[in-house]
Amino acid sequence: MTSLPEPRPDQKRLGLVIDLDICVGCHACATACKEWNTSGHMAPLPDFNAYGEGSWGVWFNRIHSFEEGEGEGARTVHFPKSCLHCEEPACVTVCPTGASYKRAEDGIVLVNEAICIGCKLCSWACPYGAREFDADAGVMKKCTLCIDRIYNENLPEAERQPACVMVCPVNARHFGDLGDPDSAVSQLVASRRGADLLPELGYKPVNKYLPPRPERMRPGGPPPPPPAAAETPAPGERLLRWVDRLLSR
Amino acid sequence: MHPGLSIIFFTTASGAGFALLALLGVGAPLALVPTSSWFALTALAVAVLLAAGGLFSSTFHLGRPERAWRAFSQWRSSWLSREGVLAVLTFVPAAIFGIGWVFFGARGGVIGLCGFFTAALAAATVFSTGMLYATLKPIHQWHNRWTVPNYLMLALMSGWLILDFLVRFWERRAGATAFWTLLAVLAAWQLKEAYWRFIDTTSAPSTVASATALGRRGRVRLLEAPHTEENYLLQEMGFRVARRHARRLRRIARSAAFAVPAVLTLLALLAGGAVGMAAAAIAVISAGLGLVVERWLFFAEARHTVTLYYGAEAV
Repeated sequence: MTSLPEPRPDQKRLGLVIDLDICVGCHACATACKEWNTSGHMAPLPDFNAYGEGSWGVWFNRIHSFEEGEGEGARTVHFPKSCLHCEEPACVTVCPTGASYKRAEDGIVLVNEAICIGCKLCSWACPYGAREFDADAGVMKKCTLCIDRIYNENLPEAERQPACVMVCPVNARHFGDLGDPDSAVSQLVASRRGADLLPELGYKPVNKYLPPRPERMRPGGPPPPPPAAAETPAPGERLLRWVDRLLSR
Repeated sequence: MHPGLSIIFFTTASGAGFALLALLGVGAPLALVPTSSWFALTALAVAVLLAAGGLFSSTFHLGRPERAWRAFSQWRSSWLSREGVLAVLTFVPAAIFGIGWVFFGARGGVIGLCGFFTAALAAATVFSTGMLYATLKPIHQWHNRWTVPNYLMLALMSGWLILDFLVRFWERRAGATAFWTLLAVLAAWQLKEAYWRFIDTTSAPSTVASATALGRRGRVRLLEAPHTEENYLLQEMGFRVARRHARRLRRIARSAAFAVPAVLTLLALLAGGAVGMAAAAIAVISAGLGLVVERWLFFAEARHTVTLYYGAEAV
């Protein structure tokens, strides 16, 4: 049923918190996501024309890089984006078949591939670009929050996290219950003023983004390094420099 | 938004078909259209072929067309599902109305009532099509108050144009249908111009800054896209028509869908006879082509919010 489940009193809202202050844009989360999910719950994640010009494929996680500000005060912000598992996911309610659904128990938004007709309306309804069409299977696919990892009893407990979170080398991604105000992720969002993407559209995304830390926002950046002391080059080096100049003419 | 040909054909053809069905459903019981069985058969066949052909065509854009029947299940939440259910439901009273009118010459009583039901359900179907687009918040050019009136009026206009031609073919005289057709064309033209003015002068509240929750340091711009090549999102949602082409295509749509049919309908109203019939026929063809261009633009000029993540400055 594509009607949304009634939120419970202590509704669990599993999601991600992404720290834009420390993401280095290495794309490891996108790669790990693709690697896990191409054999996971929504498998496969096909690629088309993979080795030629115009290659494209299904990815659940993509890393955009933005520049915030201009000139000396500007900063590069790497911006990973995947499904935000919204509390008001229009992608679910527009689905004509019931293939799209939001789980009542943890708020994860999923697609039942067996009944998806591939009308693509859900991808039109998502402002975040979280849904990607699998042209091979003719159905829509999306991030599952690694539902096949987080509840997977065959994995050691420490690894029951989404693949993107597990792999992040700088700990810029955090997974947890954002419906519980005392959870580590909720505390993190509160202390760092985590923000919603496109709040004006009213989708109430569960995933939160931590903005770059304001204390780093010094116009002019860090103080310039002290000027290097003038060195006196060794005689051999002077000869080489002379040869270099001679050959450069 | 990527303009899919099957969806363009579906919305234009089904719109015209359901509108014609509605006009017949109201017109026949009230004797506003020719009442002969042959007229009934021809007009209803045209209406049903357009409506059903459009619906059939819409399944071509599905990834799994063989599962299309599942789309009837979620009418509680989905306008696409409602559209499908209403479209099929329309054919139930339409069948009773059609059989009664064509084979038994009956237009009153239960048959007439079924005509009115047909009209109401057909109108609701086109309304659902409009709502499907109007409720998509990420697309400013669709999520506005002009989308639904445009869908309804453009459908009604094409229904009137076809009806006018058929009536003229049957009765070979200028009648009230030409007058109403002219009014419908002018009303639809006004609504389309209002829609174009709206999308030209407004843009979505969303910006790159709101999309990224950045901006405290100043302007936000895309530095590097996630991938060097296009992806599904850009193919489907990133389609944008060049502004120059949009202007030219709007001129074509304006002339073919509204100006030419308006002038020809007026001519038909004044002239009558063979000239009137030819004018009414050309008006239908011109409007058909014009509406296809108009519908293509409806998609091509729609800018999806997701493009903010791919370098768009505004949507």
